[in-house]
Amino acid sequence: MAAIEVINLEKTYAVGFWRKRPRVALRPLNLAVNEGEVFGFLGPNGAGKTTTLKLLMGLVYPTGGSARILGMEISDPRVKAQIGFLPEQPYFYDYLTARELLAYYAHLSGVPAKECSSRIENVLKLVGLPDAANVQLRKFSKGMLQRVGIAQAVLHDPKVVFLDEPMSGLDPMGRREVRDLMAQLKQQGKTVFFSTHILADAEALCDRVAIIHQGELRGVGAVADLTSSVQGKIELVWAGNAVPASMKSLSSECHVTGDTVRAVLPENQQDAALEALRREHLKLISLVPVRTSLEQYFVEKLKRVEQSAGGKA
Amino acid sequence: MNSRIFHIAANTFREAVRDRVLYNLIAFALLLSAAAILVGQISIDIERLVVVNLGLSAVSLFGIVIAIFIGIGLVSKEIDKRTLYTVLSRPVRRWEFIVGKFFGLTGTLVVNTVCMGIGVFAALLYVSHKFQHSDTSILVALYFIVLQFVIICALALLFSTFSSPLLSAVFAFSLFVIGSFAEDLKGFAAMSQGFTRVVTVAASYLVPNFSALNVIRSVAHEHPVPWSLVAYNTIYAVVYSAMALCGAVLIFERRNLK
Repeated sequence: MAAIEVINLEKTYAVGFWRKRPRVALRPLNLAVNEGEVFGFLGPNGAGKTTTLKLLMGLVYPTGGSARILGMEISDPRVKAQIGFLPEQPYFYDYLTARELLAYYAHLSGVPAKECSSRIENVLKLVGLPDAANVQLRKFSKGMLQRVGIAQAVLHDPKVVFLDEPMSGLDPMGRREVRDLMAQLKQQGKTVFFSTHILADAEALCDRVAIIHQGELRGVGAVADLTSSVQGKIELVWAGNAVPASMKSLSSECHVTGDTVRAVLPENQQDAALEALRREHLKLISLVPVRTSLEQYFVEKLKRVEQSAGGKA
Repeated sequence: MNSRIFHIAANTFREAVRDRVLYNLIAFALLLSAAAILVGQISIDIERLVVVNLGLSAVSLFGIVIAIFIGIGLVSKEIDKRTLYTVLSRPVRRWEFIVGKFFGLTGTLVVNTVCMGIGVFAALLYVSHKFQHSDTSILVALYFIVLQFVIICALALLFSTFSSPLLSAVFAFSLFVIGSFAEDLKGFAAMSQGFTRVVTVAASYLVPNFSALNVIRSVAHEHPVPWSLVAYNTIYAVVYSAMALCGAVLIFERRNLK
């Protein structure tokens, strides 16, 4: 069974004061996330990631379509006991201490009273805040608030965890800790659905990713599958201090450094490039494939979309 | 009360306490102490009348200000600061959130009124040196003031679900002022004709009747408050605030939390 199923989910807001006009935030979205999967929801700012998460959380109502979490409709109140949610740039009741806040959320989530304190201690330890448990949140840094946010999202031991930009506002150490935490959640068999515009995070953590842009889904799949769809490149290094004309025609990316020349060119130009070097009697130093990153895929995908939009216009 | 409503109400009460809302009690205590001392020196035989009038009016004024200024931000502040997201993504229904917030603010005002009521009785004891049987009607006046707060809280919460804090404050305060002259509005309606009559009759039933809930003057003059009025006002306040809360829930249930 899919942990999250999204079927033609769409959202259009009416904007303007007197003359209302529609603004499409999310075009019909179809998506399925498997149980136990870490799923990345990628897109630039304003792409529709947060709208999708808000729709799934029941914070905004869809204009059309439906969604199911663990087989239950999102409007079913029982589903809320099985999910945890970290909003983007979370803000909490700052007059409470971390312990009081977590106790409040534990009560609202229906955690049995006798389990409350042990659960709170555990999650505070998990996010590295046991020493700040009795400090009011108004004295917390942004990074500490993000950790409290993660703590409240996993406090009631949900089966599916939704995280909206969980790494935002964190320093490199904090980001690494959140990554470790997400890996830990995956080990515990939880489904993690997280949105981000930081592609390195998605590449490091996700089993599968979806890319959304301008409210429309542009691609879904495993990171390896997506990146393999981008044409591969190779890096060629040879001895010399000039770029021969035959190489210039094959690659636009040639750099001379001291007595070596480095060129990056499409994989299908490899034979022609080697032939050119042989003709010029140049000594080959290395030839290595350049790994395609998710970022490259992402940029290329969006570029293609913009080109086709420009072409139509 | 279900446990989620209880916890939301308790958190609302805690927020008011930690945001030092109850500090108004200090201002109230200072005002009443100064008034009691002054009244003791300048009034002859009307000390009780002045202290009851001044004390109960201050209780009402302080409470109304708190009810409006906290009530108008109860929902809108939670949306603006996005604290609501982590509450509503739990097994909490939207109506439970509204009802919990309402009970939390009402509870804060009840505690505030009890403390102020004790202050009124202390000032009364200071100027009269003894209590008399008719002083029990001060408790009825305090109860009616609490009923006013209940209605104002429900109205402020209703406005808070669809408008900005500033507009909500304007709406709630306007209704309080108009409601304080509800009996006059009814009198005007009885005298008017045609379309004006329809509008004024509708308005006189629509606005909360705060003038019926204000017995400060008669209590200060030691006139007894009939039990039928206590029963009528209780039912009126419960029904009116329940309707305002239903309106708040209906609006909030449909609202997109952008």
